[in-house]
Amino acid sequence: MTDIGILLIKIVLALVWFLFLTLYLTWAERKESAVIQDRIGANRASIFGIRILGLFQPFADAIKMIFKEDFVPVFSRKFLHTLAPFLSFFFVAITITAMPFGDDIRIAGKTISLQIFDANIGLLFVLAMLSLGIYGIILSGWASNNRFALLGSIRGAAQLISYEVALGLSLVGLIMVYPSLRLSEIVRAQGSLLLGFLPAWGVFLQPLGFIIFLFAALAETKRVPFDLPEGESEIIGFFAEYGGLKWGLFMMTDFMEIIIVSALLTTLFFGGWQVPWLSTAGFQFPWGWKWHLGPWLVTALEVAAFNIKVFIFCWLQILIRWTYPRLRYDQLMDLGWKLLVPLSLLNILGTAIVMSL
Amino acid sequence: MLKALGYFIELLKGTWITARHFVVNMWFHTVNLVGIKTKRKGAVTIQYPEQKKELAARHRSLHRLMKREDGKPRCVACMLCATVCPAECIYIEAAEDPDLEIQKYPSIFVIDLKRCCFCGFCVEACPEDAIRMDTAKIDLAQTTPEDLVFGLDKLLK
Repeated sequence: MTDIGILLIKIVLALVWFLFLTLYLTWAERKESAVIQDRIGANRASIFGIRILGLFQPFADAIKMIFKEDFVPVFSRKFLHTLAPFLSFFFVAITITAMPFGDDIRIAGKTISLQIFDANIGLLFVLAMLSLGIYGIILSGWASNNRFALLGSIRGAAQLISYEVALGLSLVGLIMVYPSLRLSEIVRAQGSLLLGFLPAWGVFLQPLGFIIFLFAALAETKRVPFDLPEGESEIIGFFAEYGGLKWGLFMMTDFMEIIIVSALLTTLFFGGWQVPWLSTAGFQFPWGWKWHLGPWLVTALEVAAFNIKVFIFCWLQILIRWTYPRLRYDQLMDLGWKLLVPLSLLNILGTAIVMSL
Repeated sequence: MLKALGYFIELLKGTWITARHFVVNMWFHTVNLVGIKTKRKGAVTIQYPEQKKELAARHRSLHRLMKREDGKPRCVACMLCATVCPAECIYIEAAEDPDLEIQKYPSIFVIDLKRCCFCGFCVEACPEDAIRMDTAKIDLAQTTPEDLVFGLDKLLK
């Protein structure tokens, strides 16, 4: 098997994982919000009368969106209007290539890393692609030629650019601690132990950085506490002139951003695919026990650990979305510029002082 | 900065409330799924078409006209219900009854459910207890507007 073949298989697997998770995140969001609010949630979608907790709901939604009219208003700029959702979708979908799903595996003397694009600027690549997603928002508002959509996209652009600053600065401390931008190396560095028992995860080394990153990343996903660009219930958002599958692409982008943010939080702050005290030979507990495991079992455990961590963060983000009311625009800017940016600068200063001791 | 810290504590409290709801409800859902019956359920939802809530004793639903022992309507076409009806949805045409005790009976009695607001005034106005709203039929949707105009034949059933 050639390298290109392996790469293609990895791309297909990662995309299938990503899209399947996105699809079922819509279901998970409905169910979780229902459970929080003492309801049951969508459970009517069925195939031949079989309805397993409404698990067919995402497919029903997809079919509905595909068969809706592909509407483009006469007053819009047609090419850009069509391009915007695809741009939005593309720049989020491409970030999955940089995520490390597990440790290297060896098949027939070949070492295969469970990561599609192991760039030495992996972290910058992800942040850059997430920032480029702003173009989808600006274009959609501009090309719709609708004043309210334009206002929404301007709000979105201002919000995203403001929180990019805090997002980037909160990670500087982390980059100083694990001196690398390569995501696989950051994850490997988190496999060592602090004080002999605590895994050297980012959250233990950079607790303040973690909190700032969490807030900034939540703002990046444009969901409820920070959903000013969209504001589905009161203010009109940037995709007011979209319907059908193009609107669906915007919604999918939102859910994909949740997964990307969860994967980033996992990779940077919660050890990625690392399981505490698990090395390639098996478990080595700090109190002296050893438990030998085969290499395939170790790989499976690592991939499962990555997935479980991502699921937990998706759960947390949905919980946050169904808990808080929306911030007012000035409060949003206050939080970004007056609290998160100074705190992240303090975090960099503190990290530098501790490291130079 | 200190103010923001106060907000942060409130944020954590709010998250604690929703997370508690989630965990407690999930616990009851799981326990019920395994088959253990509990007094409390994970959700308060009533799955409507399959599972119906018991109506209150004083509920108001689809009208019906009461009959005498010989099967004729109790209504004496006094027009009180048509007069009191705020939606003006009752139309009555009276006819002469040979029985001197009764004197009048409705030859046409139409309730237009498109207009009816289920206020129950007609029931309270009726001196003969001829109209009641206790059929417990609340799913009255029809596909054509004509099906919602109920005449004597449907009301006397």
